[in-house]
Amino acid sequence: MRDVCIVGIGQIPVGEHWDKSLRELGAEAVHLALLDAQIERPEALIVGNMLSGQISHQENLGALIADFAGLRGVEAVKVEAACASAAAALRQAYLLVAGGVMDVVVACGVEKMTDTAQDNTTAALAAAADAEYESEHGLSFVGLNGLLMQRYMYEYGYQHTDLANFAITAHRNAVNNPNAMFRKAITAEAFAKAKMIASPVCLLDSAGIADGAAAVVLAPSTLANALAKPKVCIAASAAATDSLALHDRHDLLELAAARISAQKAYAQAHTHPGEIDFFELHDAFTIISTLSLEACGFAERGRGARLAMENEISLQGRIPIATMGGLKARGHPVGATGIYQVIEAVQQLRGEAGANQLAGCRLGMTQNIGGSGANVITHILERVS
Amino acid sequence: MSLASSWRTRKQRLSLKGEICPHCREKLFPPRDICPYCGGPAKTEFAFSGKGAVYSYTTMHTAPQGFEQQTPYIAALIKMTEGPLVTAQLTDVTAEDVYIGMPVEMVTRRISEEGEDGLINYSFKFRPVLANSMQQAAAR
Repeated sequence: MRDVCIVGIGQIPVGEHWDKSLRELGAEAVHLALLDAQIERPEALIVGNMLSGQISHQENLGALIADFAGLRGVEAVKVEAACASAAAALRQAYLLVAGGVMDVVVACGVEKMTDTAQDNTTAALAAAADAEYESEHGLSFVGLNGLLMQRYMYEYGYQHTDLANFAITAHRNAVNNPNAMFRKAITAEAFAKAKMIASPVCLLDSAGIADGAAAVVLAPSTLANALAKPKVCIAASAAATDSLALHDRHDLLELAAARISAQKAYAQAHTHPGEIDFFELHDAFTIISTLSLEACGFAERGRGARLAMENEISLQGRIPIATMGGLKARGHPVGATGIYQVIEAVQQLRGEAGANQLAGCRLGMTQNIGGSGANVITHILERVS
Repeated sequence: MSLASSWRTRKQRLSLKGEICPHCREKLFPPRDICPYCGGPAKTEFAFSGKGAVYSYTTMHTAPQGFEQQTPYIAALIKMTEGPLVTAQLTDVTAEDVYIGMPVEMVTRRISEEGEDGLINYSFKFRPVLANSMQQAAAR
């Protein structure tokens, strides 16, 4: 396996892009990433996306995005792993370059969620769950997280507002991110009074529905040496799965796939949670932040929420998370999210994170979760001098 | 739910038919033919009693398409007496009265409709155990 670097990044601000189609969003992100890398043409394009078939009635995104990005002719394909589709695309691109099959590959995550009514989007997202035995009973994706959160609060004796700091921290960090959807700080009072969606999950526990596209260019380490930007390598890329349905889990409150993919990633990068400088986790819901921190070894079981309560997740804390706003406040265009996370990690490691820059960071971890913990893909990025 | 899917899953939905693993004796619902505990083939049918207790629950205020008319409704994970969890709606109970550990039993209810002239889907829901409800009523 060869060392692989991220040599180009490109992102569209997350938001409601009424004026842009799926293909325009994707093509623009790919174009920006290639521009950043100063590379004209990759050998392949891997597109991550979850909902295009359901919402835009458009599949075959590999060829479509390649064509509109000016890359007609290159090998291109779409991969899907629900909300982890973008990290899945990145991992496929990584494997092509690491294995020596190709030298330059682009991974792009793209999602268009606002072209339809909200109940349609809610139903489309529920396709990440078990259609025959969860969605069929009227469970939305938020509802499944409601089940997780209720049980977590019951077992460990937390109040709903004990998890507020996950949302408050994300919003505070998004203020300084020009690509974030909600650049507005929120208060504990606002969190406590937010509209209930699926109890105990309220509006401010949940990441927003949005459009977005983000892309990265991968190349072998040797090729990256020629470029001017600080060098960021993929030190680990690992994935694991669990049951789709919550009722099929052996242990409801353990994200087993998150634990396994993180452990594989730590082993690949010869590191451990104590050495990770920051963690772009999958904060689609506050309860998922809590369970991810526990599964990845940053907190003991039942103690993930305490990291938020004790402010250890802020930019100055022991393990900063959602440093550019996270899914909660940057926005969560589901099939694009995983690459936004990776781009934000690259910005931190390059020293391009502006007001949210973490001093002297070297190792950043990203984790993209598909479904309610069913498909989990973890990457560790490293600044190499 | 399509007509074919509705027909295919009728035993599970209408009479809680699952499976028992002949190797490790784990009971499985919904049926899956391969035991997730020991990896062996598990095709022996097993009928669940329909008794259990609420393991977790959520009140749905924003519903997916097809369920908007029902809000607010309570969805839950039920820990069945025989072991497995099952996802279902609760019925005949209000959000204020539900608690984790509440004894419940399976009933058959209409769960969704495919438009005015389409298929009407029936499946299991769970309600507070009737004997308990009657005792409580008597106590009042």
